[in-house]
Amino acid sequence: MIEIFVQQIASGIAAGSLYALVALGLTLIYKVSDVVNFGHGDMAMVSTFIAYTLLISWNWPLSLAFLSALVFAGALGIIVERTILRPARERHATVLTLVVATLGVSLMLNGAAGAVWGHDVKSFPYAVVGPPLRLGNIIISRDQVLDIGVGVGLALVLALFFRFTDLGIAMRATAQNVVAARLMGIPTDRIFAATWAFGAALGALAGILIAPVIFLDTNVMNEMLIKGFAAAVLGGFTSLPGAVVGGVALGVLENLVAGYISTELKTTFAFALIVVVLAVRPAGLLGCVEQKKV
Amino acid sequence: MTKRLHRQGGWIAVSVAAVVLPFLLPGYYLYVLSLGLVWAIAAIGLNLLTGYTGQISIGHAGFVAIGAYVSALVSLHWKLPFWVTLPIAGLAAGVAGYMLGMPALRLSGPYLAIATLGFGVAVSQVIAKWEAVTGGFQGLKPPRPPFGLAFDSEVSLYFLALVVLVLMMFIAANVLASRIGRAFIALRDSELAAQAMGISLPHYKTLAFALSAFYAGVAGSVYTHLVGFITPSDFDLLLSIFLVSAIVVGGLASIPGSILGAVSLTVLFQFLSSARDLRTMIYGAALIAVSIFLPGGLWRLPAALATRRQPKVEPTGECVRETGGSAHVAP
Repeated sequence: MIEIFVQQIASGIAAGSLYALVALGLTLIYKVSDVVNFGHGDMAMVSTFIAYTLLISWNWPLSLAFLSALVFAGALGIIVERTILRPARERHATVLTLVVATLGVSLMLNGAAGAVWGHDVKSFPYAVVGPPLRLGNIIISRDQVLDIGVGVGLALVLALFFRFTDLGIAMRATAQNVVAARLMGIPTDRIFAATWAFGAALGALAGILIAPVIFLDTNVMNEMLIKGFAAAVLGGFTSLPGAVVGGVALGVLENLVAGYISTELKTTFAFALIVVVLAVRPAGLLGCVEQKKV
Repeated sequence: MTKRLHRQGGWIAVSVAAVVLPFLLPGYYLYVLSLGLVWAIAAIGLNLLTGYTGQISIGHAGFVAIGAYVSALVSLHWKLPFWVTLPIAGLAAGVAGYMLGMPALRLSGPYLAIATLGFGVAVSQVIAKWEAVTGGFQGLKPPRPPFGLAFDSEVSLYFLALVVLVLMMFIAANVLASRIGRAFIALRDSELAAQAMGISLPHYKTLAFALSAFYAGVAGSVYTHLVGFITPSDFDLLLSIFLVSAIVVGGLASIPGSILGAVSLTVLFQFLSSARDLRTMIYGAALIAVSIFLPGGLWRLPAALATRRQPKVEPTGECVRETGGSAHVAP
C-alpha cells in the first residue's frame, strides 16, 4: 500500500519536472518581458520536430541533434521577439493583445509544422535507454531520472545565473523596471531577445524529453503548455523556484488523483486545486502580490 | 451630421442584408452565417467581461457548454419549447459565471487567465466523464425547435439566431448605457478610483462574470438547436481561444466589433476548412497582424485610417471617455 503511494509520488515528481521545465520558460519570459507566451508550446513543438528531422532524416548523432534543436529554439525565440513582440510593444499593446499575438504565433507555427511534417504520430527516441532503476521497492525508469535531474539541475543553474552573472543581473533589472535599466546602460532590447532565447530553449528541452513518452505530433505540446502554465501560476508567475515547486506539486497531485480517484478527471482536480490555491493566495505559492498604483 | 447619416445608412444596409441574404445564400453558407451569429452572441458576452470590465477569460467555452447541455437536457427530458429552454440555459450558465466570479475577484492577469482556462477544461472533462446524464462522447441529440413557418429549416434557424442576437445586442447596449455599464468601465480603467467613487468591486465584478456567462449560455442554447447534435469536444479550449480572438479581431469594448469579429472568423474558418494547415496559418497571421497593427480591432479600422494613427480602445456610444491617458504615453 505504502509502496504504491511512494511509487505514485516518484512518477509524479518525474512528470512534474517536465511541467517545471515548461513553467520555467514561461515564467522567465513573463518575468522579464511581461508577456504571457501562448506560443511557448508550439515553439517547443517545432524545435522538437527539428531534432526529429536531424536525427531520423539526416542521421545526426543524438547529442548533436538535441543541441542543434535547442540552438534553433533560441533563434526562434529571438525571431518571435524581434518581429512580433517588439513592434507590438512599441505600439503600446495591452496585455490582452499581446496574448492574442502569441496565440497567433502558436497557430502559425502549428499550421507550418503540419504542412512540413504532416499529422502522423511519430515515435521519438529516448535520450537515455536502459533497464529501469530500483530504489528499494520503487521502480523508476532512466528517462524519468533524467527528467528529474534536468528539471532540478536547470532550476539550480538558473538560480545561480540570476544571482552571479552580469546577464542574469541585467535580466533581473530589466524585469524590475525597463526604463531605469535602460538608463543604467543595460541594452534592454538585447536582454528581451536573450530572455526569449533562453525561454524558448527551456521549452524545447521539455519537448525533447516528453516526445518519446507521448509520441511526437503537431499537438505534442498542447497539454504540456496548459500544465506548464498551471504550474507556473500555482508557483507564482514571477518566481523561478515557484515554477519548479508548482510543476512538481502539480505532477504529484495529478498522479495521486489518477491513482486513487480517477484517471480521466486528474486534470479537472488539478485545476480545481489551483483555483482553490489562487483563491487563498492570489499570486500563487511563492509569488508576491503586486502593489496597485492609483 | 453627414457622419450620422453615414452611420444610419450603414445600419440600414446591414439590416436589409441580414434579412435578404438568407433567401439568396445556398443552405450551407447560410448555416455558416448562422453559426457566426451564434458565436457573435457569445462574443458580445465575452466583450462585456473583457472589453468593458477588463477581466480576461480563456474559459468561456465552459459557459457555452453549460448552456448547450442544459438546453439540450431540458428540451429532451422535459419537452420544453425553445423559448423556455433558452433563458434556462442562460441562467444556468449565469449562475456558474457568478460562482466562478467569486474566486476570480482576487485574481488578475495571468492568474485569472489560468483560473478561467482551468474552469473551461474542467467543464468539458466533467461533461465527457458524466456519461449517465450527458452521454459522454456519444453526445446528445436534442429535437430541433419546431416552427410552423413556411421557410425551410436553414432559413428559420438563421432567423432564430438573428432574432436572439438582436435581442442580446439590445440588452447589452442598454446595460452598458446604464449605471451598471458605467461601473464596469470605471472598474476596468481603475479599480481603486472606481472603489473610491463608491462602486462595489465584488458586486460588479461578479455581476460582469454572471452577465457574460449568461450570454455564453444563450449562445450555447442556440448552438444546440442550430446544430442539433452536441459532444463535449465542441466546447474545447479552441472555442475559448476563438472567442477571445473574435473580440480582439473585431474590436474590444465594442458590440458591433464583437459581431464583426465572430462572424468574420467563423466564415474564415469554415471556408478554409479543406486546407487545414493553411487555415491555421492564416488564422495565426491574422491574429498577429490585428494585434500589432490594429489594436482597436477591425471595427475601428475606418477610424484608424481616417486619423492615420493607432486608435485607443475606448467605449463607444454614450459613455464618457476617461481622461487619464497620460499613463499610456511612451517615454
